[in-house]
Parts: sequence; C-alpha cells; structure tokens
Amino acid sequence: MTYTEVKAIEGEVGDFKVTLVKKPRYILEDKCTGCTICVEYCPAKYPDEYNQEISMNKAVHVYFAQAIPLITYIDESCLYLKEKKCRICERVCKNDAIDLNQEPEKKEIQVGAIILAQGMEPFDPKVKKEYHYGEFANIVTSMDYERLLCSTGPYQGEILRASDLKHPHKIAWIQCVGSRRVTPGENSYCSAVCCTYTQKQVIVTKDHDADVQCTIFHNDVRAYGKDFERFYERTEKLPDVRFIRSYVSIVKEDPVTKNITIRYSTTDEGVKEEEFEMVVLSVGLNPPKNVQDISEKFGIELNAHNFCNITSTNPMATNRPGIFVSGGLQGPVDIPESVFSASGASSQIGELLNYRRGNLSQERVYPPERDVCMEEPRIGVFVCHCGANIGRIVNVPETVEYCKTLPNVVHAQEQLFSCATNSAKEITDMTREKGLNRVIVAACSPRTLEPLFRDTVREAGINQYYLEMANIREHNSWVHSKEKEEATQKAKDIIRMSVARAYQLEPLQEFDLPVNKAALIVGGGIAGMNCALSIAKQGHEVHLIEKTSELGGIARRIHSTLDGLDVQEYLRALISRVYKHPLIRVYHDASITDATGYVGNFVTTVKSERGVTEIQHGAAVIAIGSDLYTPAEYLYSQDDRVITHLDLEERIVNDDEQIVNAQSIVMIQCVGCRNEDRNYCSRLCCSQSIKNALKLREKNPDIDIYVLFRDIRTYGFNEDHYREASNKDIKFIRYEPQEPPAVEPGESEDGRAVLKVTVTDYVLGKMLLLDADIVSLAAAVIPSESTRDIAGFFKVTLSPDGFFKEAHVKLRPVEFGTDGVYLCGLAHYPKFIQETVNQSYGAAGRVLTLLSRDTVVASGSVAQVDESRCIGCGACVSACTYGVLELREVKKAKKAFVNPVLCKGDGLCTTKCPTGAIQLKHFTDQEIMSEIDAAIPVEEAMPLEAAVGYK
Amino acid sequence: MCSGRVDLSFIFRAFQNGMDGVFIGGCHLNECNYITHGNYHALNVVLLAKRVMQHIGINPDRLNIEFMSGAEANLFVEVVNRFVDKVKKLGPLGSTEGIDQNELRKRVSEVSKLIPYIKIVNQEKLASRLTDPTDYEKLFTQDEIDALFKEVVSYYIDPAKCQACSTCLKRCPVVAIEGGKLQVHVIDQDKCIKCGTCFEVCPPKFGAVTKIVGEPAPPPLPLEKRAIVRKAKTAS
Repeated sequence: MTYTEVKAIEGEVGDFKVTLVKKPRYILEDKCTGCTICVEYCPAKYPDEYNQEISMNKAVHVYFAQAIPLITYIDESCLYLKEKKCRICERVCKNDAIDLNQEPEKKEIQVGAIILAQGMEPFDPKVKKEYHYGEFANIVTSMDYERLLCSTGPYQGEILRASDLKHPHKIAWIQCVGSRRVTPGENSYCSAVCCTYTQKQVIVTKDHDADVQCTIFHNDVRAYGKDFERFYERTEKLPDVRFIRSYVSIVKEDPVTKNITIRYSTTDEGVKEEEFEMVVLSVGLNPPKNVQDISEKFGIELNAHNFCNITSTNPMATNRPGIFVSGGLQGPVDIPESVFSASGASSQIGELLNYRRGNLSQERVYPPERDVCMEEPRIGVFVCHCGANIGRIVNVPETVEYCKTLPNVVHAQEQLFSCATNSAKEITDMTREKGLNRVIVAACSPRTLEPLFRDTVREAGINQYYLEMANIREHNSWVHSKEKEEATQKAKDIIRMSVARAYQLEPLQEFDLPVNKAALIVGGGIAGMNCALSIAKQGHEVHLIEKTSELGGIARRIHSTLDGLDVQEYLRALISRVYKHPLIRVYHDASITDATGYVGNFVTTVKSERGVTEIQHGAAVIAIGSDLYTPAEYLYSQDDRVITHLDLEERIVNDDEQIVNAQSIVMIQCVGCRNEDRNYCSRLCCSQSIKNALKLREKNPDIDIYVLFRDIRTYGFNEDHYREASNKDIKFIRYEPQEPPAVEPGESEDGRAVLKVTVTDYVLGKMLLLDADIVSLAAAVIPSESTRDIAGFFKVTLSPDGFFKEAHVKLRPVEFGTDGVYLCGLAHYPKFIQETVNQSYGAAGRVLTLLSRDTVVASGSVAQVDESRCIGCGACVSACTYGVLELREVKKAKKAFVNPVLCKGDGLCTTKCPTGAIQLKHFTDQEIMSEIDAAIPVEEAMPLEAAVGYK
Repeated sequence: MCSGRVDLSFIFRAFQNGMDGVFIGGCHLNECNYITHGNYHALNVVLLAKRVMQHIGINPDRLNIEFMSGAEANLFVEVVNRFVDKVKKLGPLGSTEGIDQNELRKRVSEVSKLIPYIKIVNQEKLASRLTDPTDYEKLFTQDEIDALFKEVVSYYIDPAKCQACSTCLKRCPVVAIEGGKLQVHVIDQDKCIKCGTCFEVCPPKFGAVTKIVGEPAPPPLPLEKRAIVRKAKTAS
C-alpha cells in the first residue's frame, strides 16, 4: 500500500489494530499501466521533489524511474484539484485509469507485529546561516549533488551549476555539515556515512570529467566499513584530488562569477582563502521530521538524539512489545547495517508469530501442461500498443500483418495493453483456441512483466519456457520516437528474431528440492548464539558448534561497552538461554571434518566431545568470529608494560595496581591494520581505547592518558564519548603513518623507569616525548585462523582482507553467493555488539526464509552437459563461481557434471566450452545463433556460397 | 544470462552474416550483483576477437564493448550513438578494409571453424580478470594471435600404425573420425575441431595419431586402401 499513512494503532503484541489512510492518488492502480502518456500531456509543471527541486516535473508523474508500483499519481499542483480546470489527463488515458474524484480512503488492518522503518532525513543546512545554502547559488547539499550525478537526475547526469548551467571545474566538499557539532540546530553525533559517500561522489565526478579538481575539507576521515579503507585510498590517489584536514568557513560569493570563497588553514601554510566554482555540503543525517509524531502514535521512546531508543543487546526492539525498528530509525547507519536490522526485525516477528505462519497463503493451481514436443511449432505473436507508448511510433497493424508472414506464425494480433488483466486472459484463450505452442509478446522489457506472461501461458497449459518477449518499447519506440518508419522496421526485425528463437525453444522443468528443516551454526559467540536462539524459537532444530569448550567467543574478554552494557552479565544470560533451549544442541571442542551437499540438503561431519557426528541440515550459518593481531611492533612481547587494548580492559576491570596507580598511559591506535598487509580499518579500536580511557579516568583522576591516533573513528553516537574523553583531559595526538610513534625503555626526569614514547604532533608541529608506565596497543581485528578451512568446506569465498565475502556488500550482507549458507558477526568484518546482534538476527531471518519452506525451486534455465561431446578439459569447471560443475571419471574419460540446483544460469561455462558440450538451457548456442541469423531479413541477406561451408 | 555468455562464435557469426558492427553491453566491472563477474569474461572475448579480426583484415573498431548500469540510460544512448557513428564512418564491412565483403565473410567463415581450437589454446586467458586497463592490450598480443593461426595444429592418423581399435573414434566429441573393424581410421579434417582428444587417447603401444603443426594434414587414404592386414601370429 503506497501513498498510505498510519493514522492510529490500538491493541498489543499479537493483536494490533492499525488505522491507515490511503491518500488519493487520483489514479486507479489496477487500471494504470504506467505508460506515462498522461505525464506527457499534463500542462502543470512544478519543482520535482525527487530531484531536490532542481528541475521540474508534472502534476501527474511517476515518482521516480524505479518506483513500485511503476504507475503515476497526481499531486496537489494539479490544475483540476486547485481550480477545477484542465482534465486533459482523463481524455488522453486510454485505459480510463484517471479518477479525479478520489477521496482519502480509511482502512483498518489487523496485524500481530509492526516494524518501524521510517528511515532518516538529510540535515537541512538552511538552519545555519553560515552555510549560505539557498543564498549562494552554487552551494549544494550532497543530496542535491547526488541527484546531479545521476543519469535520471535534473540534467540527465550532467553536473551543472545553478547560476550559469555550466560545468564546474573546481569543486569543494565540506564534511561534517550538521554533524559532530554541539552548536544549536546541529547534531553532536557523527552521521557515519558522509565520509564514504563523499569519496564516492569524488570518484563519480572524476568519471564524468577527469579534469575536475576536487577538494575535500574534512575532520577525521571515517573509512571504517568493509572495503572503505581501500576506497578512501583509491579516492586519495586520483589526480587533482586534495584531502585537506581543516575546519572551514564560507566567506563570500563573487557577484559576477558566482564562485565561492572558502577560508581554511593548514599546518604548513596557515590560514588561506581559495575560490571554488561549486561547493558541496556533506550533510549529515537527522531523524525523520515527524519523529515526535511517530513516537506518540506508536508509543515508542526516543533517545537524546531523537532516534528510537534502543539497547545494544537487541537494537531491533522498542520499549513497546511487538513493535520493532530497523534501519535509519535506529540511528545513522549505512546500507548493510540497515539490511541486517530489516531481516533481523522480521526474524523477531517470526518468533512471535510463528504459530500462525502460512495461515494466509494460498497455493496457486495451474492446469496440466500439454506435451507439445512432437508438434510442429505453432507460434502466436501478440503485439502491444502499450497505450500510445508503442502504437504512436510503431505502426502496430502493419507489424501484425508482417508477423503473419513469418515462418510458423499461425496467429498474430494487436493488443492495447498486453499486461492488462483482460488482455492476459485473451492470450490464454487464444493459445488454447488456436492450439499455439509458442507465444511471443512483443511489448516491453522482460525484466518487469516476464513473470506475468509466463504465468499467462501456464494458464493455457503450455510450458512457461515457451514464452518469448520481444522488447519493442525500451529497445525501440522509446528511443526512436522521431523515426516512425525505421522504428516500425526495427519492431519487425526484433519480432522476427524472437520468432526464430521461439522456434528453437524447449520446454524446461523447474524442480522442487526438499528442504531439511535443521540449521547448523558454526561458532558459539554472540553472533552464533543469537542466531541460534532466533532460529530455534521459530521451531527449527539448531546444531551449534563451538571450537572451544565454552560458549561466548571473543566477548568473554569484553566487560563493558561505551553505552554502559555489562557484557559479562549479558553473556551469562545469553549462554544460559542457549543451553536451556530444547531445540539447540551445542557441540563443544568441535571441528568440522567434512561438509557436502547444497541448499536445503547439507551433510556436515563434526568431531566434538560428543564424538563424530554426521549432521544433516538445510542451512548453515558461519559465525566463527575473528582473532586479535599479535603485535610485532612497539616492543610488544618484549616488554611486559606493552599490552593490547583487550589486556588493558581486563586489567582495569580487575583493578590491577600497575594500571590504576600508573602516572601515565599511552594508547597507540591502528596497530597492525590500515597498512599494506592489512588494508582495512578494524572499526572497533577507537571506541575501545576511549572506553578504556574513560574507565581509567573514573578510577584515577590524576593519570595522564594519551591516545595516539591517525583518525578517530567513533562514528554514530560514540562520537559523544569521544567528546566526553576530550573534555576529561584525555589527550589525543594525531600521527601520520609515515612517522609512527616510537617506544623504547628509558627513565623519566624523576628517575622512574618508564617507556619513552616519541611522536610528532602535527597540530603543534613538533616532536613530543611522552613518559609512559603502560603502552596499550589497539591491535587489529584479524580473520579467524580457521577462516580458510571453513570457506573450503562450504564453498564460499573470502574478501581481499581475508574476511568472508558476502553475496553483495550492500544488498545481501548476510548471505553468500552459495545458496543456503549465511554469515554474521566478526567473521564478516569487525563490528560492535549492537551491529553483531542486528546481523545475527538478520542471518536468522534469511535462514527462516529458506527453512520455513518445504521445498526450494530450482530454475529450468540451467547448464546441461552432452556427455558424448565433453572432452573433460575442465574449462567450464574453472569458469563457474558457484561450484556447479565437477569432472568425474566415466569409462576412463573425464566428463563434466552439473549440479543443476546450484546453477545460477549465467552461462559462462557454455561460452568456455570448445565443443559445445555444455549448454545453458533457454540460452543455448542454437537459440542465440538463430536470433543472430534472423537479425537480417531473409530477402536482404547475402548468402555465402555453399562452397565455404556456411552453415 | 550474463554478458559472459557472449560467445566468440556469436561475434563472428554476426560478421559472417554481413553485419557491419557488433556492440556488447555489460554491467560495470567489479559491480556484479552476484559473484559471477562474467563481464570480465566478456571483455576477454572482445579483446581476443579484436585480435582475430585484425588478423583476417577486419577493422577491430567494428567491435565494441561498453560497461554501464541499468540506471544509466543517457550513457547507453551516448555510447550507442558514438558506436553507430563510428561504424557509419567505417562503412559497410570490407569498405574501409579495402577487401571485398564476400571475401571477408569467407575469411570469417574459415576462422569460425577454428573457434573451438582458439578456445582450447586460450582457455586460461579467457577466464582471467583484468583489473588494470593497461593490461587489456597485453592479454592477447597480435603476434601471439598471428602465430596461433600460423601454427594451427592438425591431427593425422598414420595408416601404417593404426590398428583400428576404435578408441579415438569413440572418444571424438564431434564424430570426425571414420573407420570400422579392420579399417584404418581417418580424421575428417572438415569436421575436426583440433581438440587433440584422439592424440591423447590413442594407446601408446600404437602411437598412431600425430600432431602436425603449421601445415595441413596429408590427404586421407582412399577408402579401398583402408583395410588392415594384421600380421599373422606366426608360430615359432
């Protein structure tokens, strides 16, 4: 239900009554086909909200190109709605889909649980006059700039200045606009995403125009996410890109050129002024504007920053049972973390509502499939007008007549909208009546409507793979609107190619595989345990294997978090819940010796205190955590006064006298990462050191505490603790990687045996010599030792940094490319407990999507081997990234074998095969070759002489 | 289906049919939504095809690969228009090349027959992942491809050694070997794809299959002379 708002909610968990108001769209959703003819004729222009009001749109419009549903709506700028005039859209709509008399519609629905996912909002720099946003024409926000960069943006992807519509050649980005500031109207927290989105914008800008000079004025660069450090490095190395660490002020706008002068300072050159042709304000993230309203309506508490008040042990839960929160409303987050919590919240709801799972679903029943293998192909072609989208450009009747002349075409007709319900039924009826065994719909891209038309032919008792779509809209009428004759010819060409292909099509069967209902979880830390509990609470047996003799993982070494969680207490409760759950079976001292199978049907052999067990399971979750780098630098393991930040935490908790009575402690950040060997940021260490520093300060107000850092990366709300530490006289000294601190034993002025730490302070511009009783090293988080073995067993891949590689870094962060295997916790990348909990529930959510089904459907379009043609060269095996293929010995010869269940249908194997032995079904060489051959009409083709062996 | 499904043979089939240009579109490199990254494979195919085109006298500019995302309609329009303009400038196949179009198409047809062989020889390179554009030109060098054609192998069954054991005949993937019981086996060079299977499987004690480099195989034995007269096991 789009364009709908929640008016009120009543009731409680398991039984909420939600009152919704569906705003009038003035478009009948079931009739609109998204042809956008109405948009073309609409005379009312108004600033396009989607494009940040930089360009104009019409009163009736589709919100944006990928909107779902992809249909129009009419907003308040409509002339009829304002002044009862116009009504042109009604007249041009060929499907009678306009209804200007629509009223808001009130609806009541009953639900068992609710997820709040209202997201966040970009900070509005207009609240601070000194940003001059809205005043100086060429100052834009990063959101404006995002739209400028986009090909569907206001200038079709051209970066243009508002003042003169010219390309800027010198652009400045100002970081932390609205973030990390305690001034009124701005946010004290770090918005967590701006450093990286700015780098992306710089890269894309340089792609647009390599000559643009890009300058980024920044504070700490917070490239803490997976692969972000490499991304930062890539941006920094681009020509004409400057990263300048400085606060700035916007000084003035040149009255003529409209260029903007920025004042900044560097350690080398002092205060400077420089002119830029465009300035991008990297704005931070705010809670939604109506967050108070959300809070009142749903009865949820907000935190001091006006985001949802959550706890790190279950960040998806609100104070109100049955109401969950995911994504930006949890606080400023990047895409992967949003996806974690989205899937995670759904898993928690699964726990609540598992007892009624599937009650509302209905199974679709199709008529039996007619076997047409022995029949001569009888092809039917349905040519769609798409309202006027195709029909206005392509001469549809002429095209239909042409289709009738093509070989094996026994029926051709036109349709106004093939996708309309009545037209789809017409296709079904005609297929039956004319005995068609191949159906071509010449209309739009198969991307959107192929499933619908496949369904249509199934309804007619034909195998769904006998459907072929000829795209004469996106590939033709939309791009050749001014060349009607040529477009008609091209439509004929495209359809002729489809006919040739349709002739070759084969019926393919999708098959159902049974799903084993149990899950295996590798790793018994916070990630593995939370994931296990969520799966078990939804009625599935869970095998939890832990390599040591105790559950808990690395969290056993953590005592508190910056937000005040008692980690050990939490851990004890969590472990106890795991042991008490009847469906969770824990294996201690366990190691995997073998793993076989595929999605829904894995068999893993585990050696543990229980002996050797063969576990059958449908899904596997990898939650093996990570290890800590053992420093080889700064005298670690040579001098026992040099310890890691985890050791320090332990000793602070234990009130170790050497620590709490120390006069001076130096913490060195980025030990063992952000370097050539490990080109990533360990994400946790800045907060870990600040936490230690604050705890120390609590215990000993007199101790000197120094943190030697490269960038302080306390993203999100942890920024407040960084500020607190600064205020509590904890000294932060920045060093550069080329001049790392040096540690050596020595004596203080008063004759105390200390560690002498030398470091160059860039702010003061001089070398500092610090005396330290203890040096604490923020040692890197590194992939667990067993990562490679586990990856091998489950046929999953690793990222360049050695952590597990998810299926997609943003969109599928808890899944692997290998179906049925999921990922959570530190094994994926360093992360905080809150993030780990989000991700472990997220993995549980994905596991449930699989395990709650009785079967998984494998596509019919998979690779197939003709054994007699296979020479066993293995080219296909090495091309496949999904482990679909293997060579087996058959009668002393090697032959490739396909596991069709794993095949994703990319066809790389087919391309590599020298003999044509392996074919991707539905896209065979023969099918594609016949299309290529049909690209030229028979009458125009110049046949090669038979003598050259032209086949 | 992925852009990595674009087969070398598709490209040459288009030219053989008289097409003047071939355009291949793929997703942005390193931005695969899956773990396939087949666009790198498509790139390799294009780099190889361009060298082969050069070898037979077709202007390699007639083949183009571009990478873009589904959201970049304007980029698509731009690159397609640019390519169409380029091909228009080049004119019909053969015109810039100064070679008769039918002659060129014949050459393509000949080269197409060698595609299986080209794939076998370049198996590893075709699956490589070039992250640095400066490596593109180096993946296949013109000398290497020219040499490949100069040194095309042929397989030949030595009638004097063949014992008609049928091993090669059964294992040939394209049924290019003729022969029968006590009939010397003969490779039909027109059907042969030069995969070398016969060479590998011929029992070492016979060693009848030879690999000939850079020159055609000797003509096949006439049918009437193919009977094998096995040496009678003479009593000692």
